[in-house]
Amino acid sequence: MSLRDKVAVTGIGETAYRRGATRSSTELQLEAALLAIADAGLAPREIDGIIPIGITGAPAEELATNLGVAELRYSALTPMGGASSIAAIQTAAAAISAGLCNHVLIAAGRNVTSGARAGVRIHQMPQFHLVTEFELPLGAIAPAQLYAPMARRHMELFGTTSEQLGEIAVTVRGHALLNDNALMKKPITLADHQGSRMIADPFRLLDCSLESDGGAAFVISAADQALDMPQPRVLVSGIAEGHPDSPSAITQRPDMTRLGIAKGAPRAFAMAGVTPADIQVAEIYDCFTWVVLCQLEDMGFCGKGEGGAFVQGGRLRLGGALPVNTHGGLLSQAHMLGLNHVVELVRQLRHQADRRQVQGVQLGLATGYGDLGDGAIAIMRRG
Amino acid sequence: MAETSKPAPHPSPLTQPYWDGTAQGVLRIQHCAACGKPRHYPRYICDACHSFDTVWKDSTGRGTVHSWTVAHHAFHPGFAGELPYALVVVDLEEGVRALGRFAEPSGNGLRLGLPVRVGFVQGGGGFALPVFTPEG
Repeated sequence: MSLRDKVAVTGIGETAYRRGATRSSTELQLEAALLAIADAGLAPREIDGIIPIGITGAPAEELATNLGVAELRYSALTPMGGASSIAAIQTAAAAISAGLCNHVLIAAGRNVTSGARAGVRIHQMPQFHLVTEFELPLGAIAPAQLYAPMARRHMELFGTTSEQLGEIAVTVRGHALLNDNALMKKPITLADHQGSRMIADPFRLLDCSLESDGGAAFVISAADQALDMPQPRVLVSGIAEGHPDSPSAITQRPDMTRLGIAKGAPRAFAMAGVTPADIQVAEIYDCFTWVVLCQLEDMGFCGKGEGGAFVQGGRLRLGGALPVNTHGGLLSQAHMLGLNHVVELVRQLRHQADRRQVQGVQLGLATGYGDLGDGAIAIMRRG
Repeated sequence: MAETSKPAPHPSPLTQPYWDGTAQGVLRIQHCAACGKPRHYPRYICDACHSFDTVWKDSTGRGTVHSWTVAHHAFHPGFAGELPYALVVVDLEEGVRALGRFAEPSGNGLRLGLPVRVGFVQGGGGFALPVFTPEG
């Protein structure tokens, strides 16, 4: 049995994204959850599966209590950092297809203004205990520093340049300017990127994603039930997670320039029965510019080492051959753990993306990346 | 001033031999006592033969540069006074990789394949941490 077209994303919701939110991560998570449930035309009590995302926000039991869920039939965790929300779609699809439950809520809330910043958060995650013991004391603290050697090796092996990374930053910023719910409001140029201060070589400030507060959520339902729900149906046609060799430490990985999504993407494309050439919009997890470039290679949009040339020439811009991160992504909209990528893909496929709508789009994908290299990919189609 | 002190490792029985080694100026790598496969960082079992039996062997401390980064931003206040500093990933002769500081803080001279040799520098909590210097 395949999970192809078995479930649909039936509801989406996101709070306003900001810095300095006064609401707690759990309140933001609940606010987004209520928006997504209402968008799906459901009452909160009808939710019967919950997968909370991230290490902030509430666990499933607390969400169920607050929402007044009548019968929680299924709960799960997919602790894969930024790949969690799309990995959660896979487990939700499996559970719904097996008849365990009907409507799974996937929700996250973050208030990093009052909580720990990125360099602290990852060391609170148990899967990183060896990184925390062996790498943190050396001064390898934040994701920027842990991922930078992957990008550096890619640049040395393949000639990838900082300007090519900058092309991604400039592209995604341009898209954010078309999104009223994006934190970044000012255009940037390649010169701005090149002039931004170095954080962890080769990553400059404008290669790095935002720290922001907010909540995002979506609802997964059986495909046949989705026909009777209010929104245009967006089917999950291909879904997979993939883990790199040596998932718990980048330094020990046989090939540092290949991410977990390289293993998952072929499964997702095969499930959906499509190829990268068929994809009309791609919302690609962008914690750092280089991570977008590497995922494009690992998904097969171009060969390994060809990503630098691939991202040039406006290909990723709205109006280009493969518009990427049409909402502004983690780089320029908000860091919402990639739930905002799923929300945006659904908006695009519903044709509800306003000024940034990719005209006539029928098929797209969203990816997640996290936990030092884990990947997840969801291929969705309007139908 | 716990806030500005550098983070220190918290050794466990699994990892204590590594830190005992660095305190003596030796880079020790865990090996499977059954099949001989080296592994780093330390783990409970061998991923090849699944034996729980381990033996610690002294590394030659020699290797070649696999990749690197240069830190220009202090993500922890304990490192603010050291910027910039270079972190280097090294392919050790034993067949595993190690992360260490690079002796030249600016990272000047780094390239893939550069031969390096380990030394040690005192880090948080008084623990000895690996620092790699170009050979010759």
